[in-house]
Amino acid sequence: MTARLLHGVPRHALVMLAILFAALVFAPLYANDYLLTTLIVILYFAYTGQAWNILMGFAGQLSLGHALYVGLGAYAAAALYVHFGAGPWLGMPVAILISVACGAVIGFLAFRFGVAGVYFAILTIAFAEFARIGFDHFTFVGGSAGLFLPVANYARNDLWLLRGAPAMFYYVILAFTVFGFVLCHALLRSRLGYYWQAIREDEEAARSLGINTFRYKMIAIVISAAMTAPAGVFYAFYYNNLFPEQTFFILRSIEIILGPIIGGIGTLFGPIIGAFLISGLAEVLQELLTWFGFDPPGAKRVFYGLCLLVVVMVLPHGIWPPLARLLRLDGARGKANGTPGS
Amino acid sequence: MSGLLDVSAVAKNFSGLRAVADVSFSVQSGEIFAVIGPNGAGKTTLFNMIAGVFAPDAGEIIFDGARIDGMTPDAVCRRGIGRTFQLVRPFPALTVEENVMVGALLRRSDLAAALRRAHEVLWRLDLFDKRAQPASALTLPDRKRLEVARALATEPKLLLLDEVMAGLRPTETDRMVEILRRINKETGLTILLIEHVMRAVMSLASRVLVLHHGAAIAEGTPEIVVREPAVVQSYLGAEAV
Repeated sequence: MTARLLHGVPRHALVMLAILFAALVFAPLYANDYLLTTLIVILYFAYTGQAWNILMGFAGQLSLGHALYVGLGAYAAAALYVHFGAGPWLGMPVAILISVACGAVIGFLAFRFGVAGVYFAILTIAFAEFARIGFDHFTFVGGSAGLFLPVANYARNDLWLLRGAPAMFYYVILAFTVFGFVLCHALLRSRLGYYWQAIREDEEAARSLGINTFRYKMIAIVISAAMTAPAGVFYAFYYNNLFPEQTFFILRSIEIILGPIIGGIGTLFGPIIGAFLISGLAEVLQELLTWFGFDPPGAKRVFYGLCLLVVVMVLPHGIWPPLARLLRLDGARGKANGTPGS
Repeated sequence: MSGLLDVSAVAKNFSGLRAVADVSFSVQSGEIFAVIGPNGAGKTTLFNMIAGVFAPDAGEIIFDGARIDGMTPDAVCRRGIGRTFQLVRPFPALTVEENVMVGALLRRSDLAAALRRAHEVLWRLDLFDKRAQPASALTLPDRKRLEVARALATEPKLLLLDEVMAGLRPTETDRMVEILRRINKETGLTILLIEHVMRAVMSLASRVLVLHHGAAIAEGTPEIVVREPAVVQSYLGAEAV
């Protein structure tokens, strides 16, 4: 399995990957709490971006409502904890199940009835909005007044109940991100991954090659929703409060997709690089501005906008593809080819 | 009639407009069969009904012993009919070999095995040297051959070619003809082509069906068909004289 995953990856790429991984693993040793919380936000977006990328980057279906799956995951786990005392890891399967069911409904409606492109995107927004408005009136989970998780003291880390210091949350989200990356890597190099790419590139041509496009698009949305839900569970236990107006807000969905768009849609490193750039540089910018003594409101948003503008105009495929060429990491494609019948 | 493909009395109207009416023919296993006719004769409509793009309004299509009319395009392909598109539709961001590999994955889920199959097919189609290029970088003749390669990779019993010669220069046409003839000879693959380029039809097809205004007006060997007065009049016109 491991050998298969590593097949065709250039050696210097593995070295770079190992260095990056080490830097991330040992971050709590050198980073203060502020840097650590920034890294948590970055990894959160790297993970959710990766999940979104399965649907858009691999299978070519633009979702603008991924906050829905985050929110459902968050609310499911939080409600189970608040009402029944079930910890996040027990809530996780329920959260995933609910997200998957919702994704499957959206997918069925869209893919069965030929809702595609912009209309699919609008459908995903609509469902996220349904949830936002619905949860406002859903008093079992607090309605518009919000759902609050009891905040325990930080004396010791309780991994089972996800109560503790930033370092613990950091390792949890890091584990998610690594898992998501490995999963996407494996998916992309499977029949499933190639079928998704074929559908993304030309659905009619894909069908002519015997691909049941409905089925594979359903698989894409289900996996994407399943992968997004745990991010919601994390979100709930990290922030300890949930408000429908915030959790399901369209801006939350947009934030998820900025990373992969800037980093490179459909690439494995795009969501990660994009998250570092967007969330990381935004923090740096904020710090710099504060240091220089002014704090204009909305500076981050302006920064997001500028990043998007520059990337769309200069690097339409995102930062990763040209960066990979620069680091000579794109050789795997050209070199991994054998001879016929070999 | 019991060939590999039996089309009997199929008809298709588009909002009252007759595209294909009561067309029947049979393609025998191992032969190269051509459907020709002037623009608007209903060739592509006929093609699309066989390929599962839409169902005929009447009649039936039997392939390899089972009815396939009304099946979806992917189901038709899984039953053993590979097709190309008149306006080529490669997967632009994928490499040439990945394009073909997607086809090969239909009969095998292992990527390495699919890649081997893809390489074999690319070899046949003179595309092996270009296997690592993105499909978007190919010239039109290469893309046309990529279409054929991708369809072949699905291991069809019948290959449907939709004007695969269109837009090719005479030398490229001859090259394609040669490749198709060789594949037919060496693997016994049955080919149904819809074609405008008479040069290709004359040298490839063992039998020809001529469509005009959605109806079949002649069928037979290419030499005989092109001498039929009805065909000369309706289709070949001045070109044949």
